[in-house]
Amino acid sequence: MGRKLLLENINVPGINTFEVYRQHGGYRAVEKALKTMSTDDVVEEVKKSGLRGRGGAGFPTGMKWSFLAKPEGKPRYLVCNGDESEPGTFKDRFLMTHIPHLLIEGMIVSSYALGAKTSYIYVRGEMMPQIRILERAIAEAKNAGFLGKNILGSGYDLELYVQPGGGAYICGEETALIESLEGKRGNPRIKPPFPAISGLYNCPTVVNNVESIAAVVPIINDGADEYAKVGIGRSTGTKLISASGNLNKPGVYEIELGIPVEEFIYSDEYCGGIANGKRLKAVVAGGSSVPILPANLILKTATGESRLMSYESLAEGGFATGSMMGSGGFVAFDEDQCIVRNTWNFSRFYHHESCGQCSPCREGTGWMEKVLHRLEYGHGKMSDLDLLVDVAKKIEGNTICPLGDAAAWPVASAIRHFRDEFEWHVSHPAEAIERNYGLARYADPLPKAETVAAN
Amino acid sequence: MLKISKTDEIIFTPELIAKFNEILLRYPEDKQKSALLPVLHLVQAEYGWVSTPLMDKVADFLNLKPIEVYEVASFYTMFFLKPQGKYVLEVCRTGPCCLVGAEKIMTHIEAKLNVKEGEITPDGLFSWRGVECLAACGMGPVLQIGPDYTFYENLTADTVDDLIDRLRLTTVEKAQII
Repeated sequence: MGRKLLLENINVPGINTFEVYRQHGGYRAVEKALKTMSTDDVVEEVKKSGLRGRGGAGFPTGMKWSFLAKPEGKPRYLVCNGDESEPGTFKDRFLMTHIPHLLIEGMIVSSYALGAKTSYIYVRGEMMPQIRILERAIAEAKNAGFLGKNILGSGYDLELYVQPGGGAYICGEETALIESLEGKRGNPRIKPPFPAISGLYNCPTVVNNVESIAAVVPIINDGADEYAKVGIGRSTGTKLISASGNLNKPGVYEIELGIPVEEFIYSDEYCGGIANGKRLKAVVAGGSSVPILPANLILKTATGESRLMSYESLAEGGFATGSMMGSGGFVAFDEDQCIVRNTWNFSRFYHHESCGQCSPCREGTGWMEKVLHRLEYGHGKMSDLDLLVDVAKKIEGNTICPLGDAAAWPVASAIRHFRDEFEWHVSHPAEAIERNYGLARYADPLPKAETVAAN
Repeated sequence: MLKISKTDEIIFTPELIAKFNEILLRYPEDKQKSALLPVLHLVQAEYGWVSTPLMDKVADFLNLKPIEVYEVASFYTMFFLKPQGKYVLEVCRTGPCCLVGAEKIMTHIEAKLNVKEGEITPDGLFSWRGVECLAACGMGPVLQIGPDYTFYENLTADTVDDLIDRLRLTTVEKAQII
């Protein structure tokens, strides 16, 4: 069993209430931070822990905090990013539903560290039940003196509010989230200035993912050194992985960073293998935005080493043969899934969610969707494949925010690794509507007796 | 269900106004625009959709220009700019849910309700649409029903039938949060 730092008490009945959470050691981190540590101590501790942003980018959280400007006379804000819209990711919903006080506790400690007197948790609008849960948890914490004026007699004041979104993927991007919190359309801002200098209401602001904020609690409780002992290399601590797709046991798992991908997919402790006795064809390892990898490359790197669930190992080989940790949205595809159809589906998503500010993304995502649609429905041309690669290349890096990259990578990687499947859709259009391409040469290294589907 | 037509005079109830005022306390002075999204959610929950007169009224209340409300309401996909059924079945249609059969569920709902995506059943009870990822990929296929956004997970044709039949007979259950 791997160590659990966030979900250790997840199965305790009533852990969603203040009382039970407190009985199981909850809010110790607030007591420790406010009574025995200076704000700089807390920032230093988080820096030392090596915690990296859990929302997708993997930027060191402590370093992000240390960039926060502290001009006289201007309030500072901490905003928690609970927009969770990346397809394949549902860990924050899980955490907020079942152990909301962990997030509240993390928010109090983090706000203290940053000197924020008002903090917001921005939650996507569809999660109304979770919004109600958090509001109740905030009320409970306030009742017990952990929020409001002069918390635990420390002289520190903090108000915490939950803000609903309105159903826009783009609001997971930090500057779009800030715009949305200001009551505007979620159009990302041009950086610089970074939110650390000028964010919410043009004041210095830190935006952190739900899981990053929650991870601050064990870091303060046990110390940065203890936290950094878990994990591997620069991937310290644990990570919540949202496992979905054709798995026996989809769900949210807390893993120690660095366990082998193979163990994560096949062991009974985690996903328990591929559903219905099928075989693995491909995996999207970090949410829909990261490059898709065929089974052979997700289980082993190009150099034949076992691939691990860590920021570095998942990225090994660059985009040629690797992928990214992203937000930990682990989507498994079995042998019956069509890569072309899935790529078209993801493209439709990005087209739908593009905010429309930058033409490469606004237009390019639509073109990719159309071209992929005709490939899937048997009207494609061979030249469409290079056309897709070309459009993807022209979106990537040419937009204000990373949604453009996120739209381009899945398409480019699908063609990179599954080109023969795309070509088959063009050369055998009628057959491609009738049946799926199958595994072909992407068989996972745990082959079954039957032969691979004919090419 | 729909309480207003275009020409009706809109008067927000004192209860609704009280909720708006409570929300306004969350933001610094002069930043009342931040309340726009939560207020629009409350308005939609009360009226079923956000009509232009309603948006004008919200603009009035928050001291905004009407266009500032229109541009926001039209940007965010959760806000309905035209009337809907009493129950709007919103089915996730994004990749991970499709791997486990979301498309079949949508076809099934279309056949069961006998209306196309975006249309309302003749009795005014139902409409449905495909929406993008609802962050419940491990429990797919899923659908949600506002205004409290109750989730229905691991759907099959049978559970969808049950749900629709139950909604026809009773009012929607309260949010399942555990």
